[in-house]
Amino acid sequence: MQLIKEVKFLIGKELLLEWRSKYALNGVVLYVVSTIFVCFLSFVSLSGVTWNALFWIIMLFASINAVSKSFLQESKGRQLYIYTLASPLALIISKTIYNVLLMLLLTLIALAFYTLVFDYVPQDMLLYIVATILGSISFSMIFTMVSAIASKAGNGGMLMSILSFPVIIPVITVLIKLSKNAIDGLDRSVSLDEIGILLTINVLVAAFSLLLFPYLWKD
Amino acid sequence: MNISQSWWKILGAILVIYSTVYGFLSSVPALPILHESIRNLYFHVPMWFAMIVLFTISVFHSIKFLNNGSEDSDLKAVQSVNAGIVFGILGIVTGAIWARFTWGQAWSFDVKQNFAAIALLLYFAYLILRNAIDEEQKRAKISAIYNIFAFPMMVVLLFVLPRIGDSLHPGNGGNPGFNAYDLDSRMRMVFYPACAGWIIIGYWIYTLLARVTKLEKKKTL
Repeated sequence: MQLIKEVKFLIGKELLLEWRSKYALNGVVLYVVSTIFVCFLSFVSLSGVTWNALFWIIMLFASINAVSKSFLQESKGRQLYIYTLASPLALIISKTIYNVLLMLLLTLIALAFYTLVFDYVPQDMLLYIVATILGSISFSMIFTMVSAIASKAGNGGMLMSILSFPVIIPVITVLIKLSKNAIDGLDRSVSLDEIGILLTINVLVAAFSLLLFPYLWKD
Repeated sequence: MNISQSWWKILGAILVIYSTVYGFLSSVPALPILHESIRNLYFHVPMWFAMIVLFTISVFHSIKFLNNGSEDSDLKAVQSVNAGIVFGILGIVTGAIWARFTWGQAWSFDVKQNFAAIALLLYFAYLILRNAIDEEQKRAKISAIYNIFAFPMMVVLLFVLPRIGDSLHPGNGGNPGFNAYDLDSRMRMVFYPACAGWIIIGYWIYTLLARVTKLEKKKTL
């Protein structure tokens, strides 16, 4: 019960901070929109496999930027302050949930803008949205944990991408397969395998994050 | 040399010598495409087994480090990764040579090949993470955490994902496996000892690396 209370409070804190500065969301949305626009200006028209691959590459970099801030940007002092107040489990759960929310919002905005600009809609839009939702959940879970590791290593951006890319590649390959099915409008039962694997990876990552974060958090 | 302590080293050496000699001399089933290159089975596959065993040892020591915080466990974890990476690179190289002669090019777009390369990237990232941190205790802890976090991903990469895609490897994507090729008893007689031998040799290399670094550390202190 204590844990749930702490989690609720910490998520509230994150949302409040976000609401006050409106930095993370606006910044990342602008980042995604301008990236999509740059891609539009360079490719002009796209469809099928390339459209899909480009979307996930854009989302990969946007989510690294969006999520890495969760630990990297907090000052040492504030981390210490939270350390004295809340349990590490509450902290990692709240950060993950906050990042999942942020990423969901971000991916849906990005997908809407992306389909609008390139004027291309996958045949099975519903399945594609399911894929993006699953994708944003796995991205934010993995990146939250890796950004915690990178921030403890005290060596920001580059370490973050080196550590997270090999971990995220299996997720991305499954996601691209799943969303390719959606683009081709294949029968949904074909995609159940991929959805299962994504869910399994998410459960694995969540379990290992919960197990390992308390060790990481105490200095 | 005490035979009761080093019998497994002798066993490993004998197994590797036996499998190398017999790997080239013994008769193999005559198969299309593979032809005599099927002998690479005795060298390519054991590399991966040895790598996986060494990485598992590394995770075991990382978990141990998180529990007891001893410097020794950290040292063992990193040295088994070092030894495992050598076997991983050998596995990729032997695979690429094999692919060159059976599939036509060294790097075909094959899922197993790609994912094995990515699994190695994970461990290169681990080593770079270690280099990025100066403070020893902190380095040990953070890299142990990353090592444990990366391990399930490696399992997914090597054992789960190749099954959903089509691979050119035998046994995948409609290709008959070696069992269907009748990996007959003649080949088994060489293949299993080869796997056991290379795993033992890998373990031996790792213990040597760990002991050398331990001594070096003692010297600098």
